[in-house]
Amino acid sequence: MTADAPQIIVRVGIEDFDIGTEIDALQAGDPAVGAVASFVGYCRDEGGRLAALELEHYPGMAEAEIGRVAAEAAGRWPLLGITVVHRAGRIRPGERIVLVAVSSSHRAAAFSACEYLMDFLKTRAPFWKKEHPAAGAGGWVEAKADDAARADRWKDQAPTLPSAEGSPNLPDL
Amino acid sequence: MSREPVLIRYFAWVRERVGRAEERLTLPETVVTAGDLVGWLAGRGDSYAHAFETPGTIRVAVDQLHVEQDEPIGQPHEIALFPPMTGG
Repeated sequence: MTADAPQIIVRVGIEDFDIGTEIDALQAGDPAVGAVASFVGYCRDEGGRLAALELEHYPGMAEAEIGRVAAEAAGRWPLLGITVVHRAGRIRPGERIVLVAVSSSHRAAAFSACEYLMDFLKTRAPFWKKEHPAAGAGGWVEAKADDAARADRWKDQAPTLPSAEGSPNLPDL
Repeated sequence: MSREPVLIRYFAWVRERVGRAEERLTLPETVVTAGDLVGWLAGRGDSYAHAFETPGTIRVAVDQLHVEQDEPIGQPHEIALFPPMTGG
């Protein structure tokens, strides 16, 4: 890893996470950090209908695929750190499901990379949600066409950086 | 030369419909692509026919990498079949 490669942290597990701890760790005394952008996904109650979600995942591939998406984001924007935490198992309304947090020197890269990571985490990371309703039988959540469309729109946008291989030194923006 | 058995893994409603999370299968030589595998599995019995009744919706990962159904599967250690993902 070169000095310019961002630190990428990916965790998948049943444990909850502390938002403040994760975001502070992305700054961690690094004076180059000027921005941390984050997204936190929560379990909704769907108007009182839902008792819990069951998150199934493919152990090993889930971490690897998120890592590949993170490496792609690091090739598109000048990032300093990426943290992704995704929970598995039974999650009740109001509880956290996922955290994506990105540090950079400036906000634009952090905002964009955070959205990119979530869009591809949704469509590529092997997780599946099953609904446990307050009453009646549960069922698997269907993938949304809108999620695929949100990921697809990145294909039309040129990376803000040349490929990481061709540009080992990130521009000083 | 016969093929080595491959660990086939199922997730989410594919796992529920097949009725098991994984099994070790020797794939026939006629199974070349990921799509061939989906079609071959669909013929293994009623539970499989139900799991793979809409083959176009099935996603395939070979050694934990996504592949398209027209891609060859090669000689992998494991192949996973699952519905479109709904994490995040």
